Amino acid sequence: MGRTVLAIGTRKGCFVMESDEDRRAWSMRGPLCEGWPVYHAVFDQSDGTLYAAAASEWHGSAIWRSTDLGETWTHSSEGLAYADGGKKLSKVSTLSVAHGRVLVGVEAPGIFESQDRGDTWSLLTNLEGQPGSELWDDPANQPPGHLGISGLSHDPDNADRFWAIVQGMGLFETTDGGSSWAPRNRGLRADWPREHEEVGFCVHKVVRSRTDGDRMYQQNHVGMHRSDDAGLTWTEITEGLPTEFGFAAAAHPHDRDTFFVIPLDPGHGRTMPDGKAAVWRTQDAGSSWQRSDSGLPQQEAHLGVLRQGMAADTYDVPGYYFGTSTGQVFASADDGESWTEIASYLPAISSVDVAIID
Amino acid sequence: MPALHLPMTLLPLFPGLQRHVDVEAATVVAAIDELDARWPGLRDRLCEPGPVIRPHIHFYVDGERAQLDTPIAAKARVDVIAAISGG
Repeated sequence: MGRTVLAIGTRKGCFVMESDEDRRAWSMRGPLCEGWPVYHAVFDQSDGTLYAAAASEWHGSAIWRSTDLGETWTHSSEGLAYADGGKKLSKVSTLSVAHGRVLVGVEAPGIFESQDRGDTWSLLTNLEGQPGSELWDDPANQPPGHLGISGLSHDPDNADRFWAIVQGMGLFETTDGGSSWAPRNRGLRADWPREHEEVGFCVHKVVRSRTDGDRMYQQNHVGMHRSDDAGLTWTEITEGLPTEFGFAAAAHPHDRDTFFVIPLDPGHGRTMPDGKAAVWRTQDAGSSWQRSDSGLPQQEAHLGVLRQGMAADTYDVPGYYFGTSTGQVFASADDGESWTEIASYLPAISSVDVAIID
Repeated sequence: MPALHLPMTLLPLFPGLQRHVDVEAATVVAAIDELDARWPGLRDRLCEPGPVIRPHIHFYVDGERAQLDTPIAAKARVDVIAAISGG
């Protein structure tokens, strides 16, 4: 029987939860990574290696690695720095692991890669020349508090193709391993003035269908969007959702038309509307949405979920998982029909990932 | 031989690292170089690229705030302090 393993990145370290295929009873270990703030913890789905992008206030940023599901760890930041010249790396924000390569997106915007499983790093790209790059390469606009790479998505069939989200700018695609890039934001809405035609969009999360690589979903600062051409063009599908704002999202592993999102209030609070927790699902590619709240708290539940805070497994009856900014983890083992709280008192959760280990 | 007193938060990151380490170094930066030679990667936990000392790490030589080029006498005590920060 397979093991279902969750990697949970939190403000106070990484936690690992484990169950079997039934996904009903869970064990937990942690805090791991010596309690460093973990922004994104992910599995290498090919071998179960666990990577965590973390940043200590005292000791700086590093990528942690565990080859035994969190029992032991090493860390490295060798090469994980911009050359002198004014650009500053303040935070390792997001990870993507595929094709024997680990990518980490950082703040200020840049993508570093490791070809040796995280032992050493080198700058792959800072998306030079892209519209908007004059802002993120300006020494006066360096972090903290400025732009960063907030998301990376790989193409499982093409090692040279991946997508990067630059905060406040939009989605970019490379098809040559990061040497050149193109904005992928046509059709997106922006309710603010923009300096460039093709960027200036606030893309929070992009999820690609496992069964149809052309099908993408996007939670944006102002709306849900769908692409049927791998991000070349986008169509808004917000109608039917309680708010247009949110961060977390997950795609059904076997059905290109089914997708989950967690709408939040768009103001400062950025928690689930009316204090009632809910996940919303479309089964027709965004033409209609259904509320899923069975098992979720419906009174004074002011829960937030961040952009890396939701994941889907790949069982025949898929499971979904999300972690909140108040330290709860909720799981569905019945394709999103109902939810169970499987952890209640973790530190603020930044990310959730899942792997099935044989 | 100068004695380095390191913050507790470093110890779990580098197997074998002790709270107190004797070094043969004439400056703070030389002491960091020696630590990094014995525990690869340790420099990055104390310094940003440049190198410059990380903002929330302070060095003291015999009780006086020190910089990378501060000399270390043969019997000096060097304290490496992680700032009181976080929450």
